[in-house]
Formats: sequence, structure tokens, C-alpha cells
Amino acid sequence: MLSIKNLHASIDDKEILKGVNLDIKAGEVHAIMGPNGSGKSTLSSVLAGREEYEVTAGSVNYEGKDLLDLNPEDRAREGVFLAFQYPIEIPGVSNVNFLKTAINETRAYKGQDSISAKDFLALVKEKSALVELDAKLASRSVNEGFSGGEKKRNEIFQMAMLSPKLSILDETDSGLDIDALRIVANGVNTLKSDDNATVVITHYQRLLDYIVPDFVHVLYDGKIVKTGGKELAHELEEKGYDWIKEELNTVS
Amino acid sequence: MTTTTLTKKDILLESLGQLNFTNEPDFYQDLRQQALAEIENLELPTSKTEYWKYTRLGKIVNKTYQVTSGIEINIDQHLIPALDANIIVLINGLFNKSLSNIQEQEGVKVLSLSDGKERGVVIRDHFNKYTSTKSELFLALNNAYHTDGVCIHAEKNSIVEKPYHIINVTTGNQTISQSRNLFIGETNSSVKIIESFVNIEGSENFINNVSEIYVGENAQLEYNKIQNKEDESYQISTEQVYQKANSNFTINTITLDGTFVRNNLNIEVDAEGCETNLNGIYLGKDSNHIDNHTIVDHLKPNCNSNEVYKGILDNNSVGVFNGKVFVRPDAQKTNAFQQNNNILLTDDAVINSKPELEIYADDVKCSHGSTIGQLDDEAIFYLQARGVGKRSAINMMITAFAKDALGRISIEALKEYVDNKIETRFGN
Ligand SMILES: Nc1ncnc2c1ncn2[C@@H]1O[C@H](COP(=O)(O)OP(=O)(O)O)[C@@H](O)[C@H]1O
Ligand SMILES: [Mg+2]
Repeated sequence: MLSIKNLHASIDDKEILKGVNLDIKAGEVHAIMGPNGSGKSTLSSVLAGREEYEVTAGSVNYEGKDLLDLNPEDRAREGVFLAFQYPIEIPGVSNVNFLKTAINETRAYKGQDSISAKDFLALVKEKSALVELDAKLASRSVNEGFSGGEKKRNEIFQMAMLSPKLSILDETDSGLDIDALRIVANGVNTLKSDDNATVVITHYQRLLDYIVPDFVHVLYDGKIVKTGGKELAHELEEKGYDWIKEELNTVS
Repeated sequence: MTTTTLTKKDILLESLGQLNFTNEPDFYQDLRQQALAEIENLELPTSKTEYWKYTRLGKIVNKTYQVTSGIEINIDQHLIPALDANIIVLINGLFNKSLSNIQEQEGVKVLSLSDGKERGVVIRDHFNKYTSTKSELFLALNNAYHTDGVCIHAEKNSIVEKPYHIINVTTGNQTISQSRNLFIGETNSSVKIIESFVNIEGSENFINNVSEIYVGENAQLEYNKIQNKEDESYQISTEQVYQKANSNFTINTITLDGTFVRNNLNIEVDAEGCETNLNGIYLGKDSNHIDNHTIVDHLKPNCNSNEVYKGILDNNSVGVFNGKVFVRPDAQKTNAFQQNNNILLTDDAVINSKPELEIYADDVKCSHGSTIGQLDDEAIFYLQARGVGKRSAINMMITAFAKDALGRISIEALKEYVDNKIETRFGN
């Protein structure tokens, strides 16, 4: 589904991603872990199409298309979804109204008719229940006045509304209490299928008890330096990242 | 041999001198004479005139204009869809009866100003009362040379359901028009008015229009001003408003287009318990120059005024906002709120924003603020990342930005019309 090859990206002439390689197939769950500042959010931003980041080398193939060639909205319409690490507030733009536009523009992109008002309402009802997001919150201005946990649940609500093929969750678990974490994980698991894939960026093993990964990758200084199964996450939780740094130093 | 050089003011007056008002009642001819005397002592503003500091008149006053009554035109495209309103059409400052469609409504008199001058007693009590000796050249020019316009007189206790939609048309090349309206809302009355300023065929025409508005005791009056002049056209526009006790006046000034627009909105709140809402949206494009000067003069205690002006300036357009609120020594317990927010869509767009409060009373609540910014790129990206196209995302952001300046339009069809105009401007 997704194939990242030797991806290099910079911001303000500072190289952040220094040759990322990653292959993801439909039905898989990948976890990306790594210390702060290693480039995890940069990777997700580059995949989502943020213009501030300049891709200086490498390629990203998504479902046979050159992902980097698509503008951000077309990536979303093709099924790429990013749950932001820091979802922003957009005063005056209604959460459900903008989702309706998003859904309809995606449908138009695929040559489909607009969703009916009735079907849309039913969808909002179903998906907001899934992440236990108050229907009132769902229809307010995007994230305005939401608590941290509500913002994260709103990200998963939007994901549920759009039913993407490739979901990238950037530290969706950070700052969540255990109940909220369960709700979010449950939402993600419910949406999981053999046709879609999930990338979970996290610091904590805790989330991976709920969303069980097939692969765990360590991103360090702009590169994926280690890949393993779910037991790698436990190891990282116990020992931190220093042993990986040491391992790297002895190799080089 | 002597040579006299004509000043720009002389040339302007010469254009207007073609008009003849000798058929009018003496009362009104005298008022015109008084205005002419005032004009003698007034000069065209220069860059040193504080009130006109950011708005140069060169473009307007370096021309000779024609006074013409205009051609037959079709106003259909300027009707507001789904709006059930009385239609009144003015063309180049003249009342056009055949294009107008005014239904008799109980408790309200609607006349052309010229008919009103012949017949209306109440009109005589109010006309020119709020506009004389203000020492403003363009106001004085209209006092002296106005042609025709609309009088709407809501009588005591009359709640007028159906709004009046005035379509104020300029047409022809290098024409000058000076329309003049008088709106009177008597005690306990309620009336809603829309005036659209449009240009149909022709360019470089200039309108210097004035509306006098009297809001009687406990009366409600809403005036919605829609400026949408395409092509090269110039407008200087003045509303002179006078509010009596417990009255409620709302004005929404929506400038969608215009090469040169200068709005002077002057509101005298001369009694207790009044509410005043003055909101505006201006959308500048190309080299549009859009200037809003507002004055709210709180003379008496216990009044509220709310002012929100929002500007979105594209290309190399220029916006000017100057909002003055006076709170006079008597005006204790005044609540005055004023805000001007601007978004510049390009590096070449310009805004000069100056909110001013002058407070001479001590027990008041007043605030003002002004912001200039760009659209939030992060927010646009967020929306795009969900599948919303960039143009739609920008449009959503602009609509969200403009929204709180639209909140005081009580006519649903008009609100939708303005929403659509904003959407077609910035949407896909
Ligand atoms: N907008 C930016 N401008 C400059 N530097 C940035 C920007 N965004 C991220 N960086 C830098 O890039 C590096 C990686 O950041 P990030 O991708 O956010 O890491 P992570 O998500 O793994 O914590 C950090 O050193 C950070 O300071
Ligand atoms: Mg991060």
C-alpha cells in the first residue's frame, strides 16, 4: 500500500529526515517509536503534504501513485489520513459542516454523488458514538474550547467519518487518561480491516496493548534504525533508547 | 486681458451647475442656497486634511462629469433571490417609477424625495436637519445639488413587515449623481431597508449620495447597505443618523466591490436607552480603495453601541478604517464596543486601521481593537488534510472570519445573498 524509499526532507535548510525506508501492506499495523525530535511528526507531515517541508530525495509510492506529486486534499481523497499530534482550533468553522464538505469533495473526486443530508446525519451519529464524542461537540467549531482528550477523540471521529485506507496517528495517546485511551483504541480497532493500514506513532508501549502492532520501528535522527515485532516496544519501554544509540555507535 | 484658472472644485461645481431646481418649494430652495454659501468656504480635502488622510481624491476630481438621466435598464440581476421586498429603483440619482414596485403598506409612506418635498409635512421637519453646517464638502455638495431619492416614513406604532429594497444605479460614462434619501422611523415603529449600489454599463461615474436617518423614540430601524459596483466607479457616501430615546438603529455596510468607496457614517445618539449596531464587511480586490469612516457620538447616558468591521483585502487593494466613538460628559453608563479585523491575502494589499475612543465621562465601559493578519496556513492545511480543496478551505476560513459581522442582518434572504457573494468570490 505504501512504500517509502530513501526519503530525505528538510525544513529551513535543516535536514530532518535522512533516508527513511518503510513498507506497509494492507491489513498491517505499524508502530513508530523514537525519542523526541527524531522526526516522527516530520514524517507524518511530509506524508500528509505539508508544504513547509521540502523533500530533497527519495520517493513515496502509495497504491501505485506518486504520493508526493499529489496536493494535500487529493492525498486525503485517496485515503490518507493524519491524526495530528497537536490538533488546532479553527474558530467559526463548524466541525460537521467542514466534514460534510470534505466527504462531498472526496465523493466528487471519485465521481460519486453527494451524500444525502439524512445519511450524513446518521453517519455523524454513529461515528460520534463510536468515540463517545458528545454530538454537541461534534457540531461546534473545529476543536474550539475542546479539552486535550476531546481534541484527540475528535481526530478519531474525523477518521471514522472519512474511513481512510491509510491512517497515521501521531501521538494520539499522549496526554490521554486510561479511559480516553481505551475509547480511542477501540475506535481505531473498530475501523481496522484487511483493506486498510494503520501507523501508530507513540512514545508509550501502553497504547500498543490496545492497538497491537505487527511491526515496531524505531526512528532515530531521521532514519529508521531498528525494526522488530511488538516485543520491541516492551524492550524500549523498559530500557529506553540509550541502548539503541549505543548499538548504533558500536556498528559505526 | 485677464485669465482665471479654474480650481478642481470649480470644475466639479460647473458640472453640477447644469442642474436647475427652480420648481422646488421655496423652503427647499433656501436650504440649497445655504449649502451653496457653505461650499464657498470649503475646499477639497488634501493629503493634509486629517479626515481624508489615507484617501486621495485625485482620481475623482480630475474629471469633468455629465449629469444625465440614464438609459432604460434591466435591474433583474440586482434583485436579491427569495427576498420578498418592495423594490425602489433610482437611476443616476433620479427616481424611476416604472422599474419600482411598491405595495401600499399600512402605516408607512414611501415617496420620491421630490414628491415628498411637494406634499410631506413631516419631511419638512426632518429634511436637511441632520446634515447642514457639518463643514464637509461632499455633504454640502449633496445638500446643494442632490437630485432625487427615496423618502420612507414609518408612522407612529407601525411595524412594517416587508422590507424596502432600493436599487441605486449609476450608468453612463463619466456621469455624476447625487441621490438623497430620508428615512423616518417614528415612535414605536419598525422598518427595514436595503440599498444596493450598482453600476450598469458605463464607467468612471461618480455618485455622492446621502441618507438622513431619523430613529424616533423606541423605534427600530435597520439599514443594509450593499455596495457592489463593478467596473471603474467612484462613490462617496454619507449616512447622517439621529437617534431618540430607547431607539434601536442597526446598519450593515457590505462592500463587495468598488474602485473607490468612501463611506462616512455619522450617528448621533442623543437620548438615553439607545442601542446602536454598526457592522461592516469589505472585500477589496484589484486596486479597489475602500474607506470606512464611522462616528458614534454618545451624548446621553445608558446607551450601548457595538461596532464590528471586517476587511478582506486581496491583490493590491487598499482598505481604510477609521472609527471614532465619542462619549460626552453626560453619557455615563455608556457601553461602547468597537472592533476592526483585517485579513490581507497578498503582500501588496494594504490596510490603514485607526480605531479611536474619546471618553469624557468616567463611569463607562468601552473597548476597541484592531487586528491585521493573514489567513492561518495551519488551519487551511488541516482542512485540506481532510479532503477539503484549498479554495474551499480558504472560503471556509474567510466566511468564518466575516461571520460575526453578518450577525446583525435580520433579513434571512439578504444574509444568504451576502454569504453567496462571499462564497463565489473566494470559493472554487
Ligand atoms: N517547523 C519547524 N521548523 C524548524 N524545525 C522544525 C520544525 N518542525 C520540526 N523541526 C525540527 O525537526 C526535528 C524533528 O521534529 P519532529 O518531527 O517534530 O520530531 P518528533 O515528532 O519525532 O518529536 C526537531 O529537531 C525539530 O526541532
Ligand atoms: Mg512529534
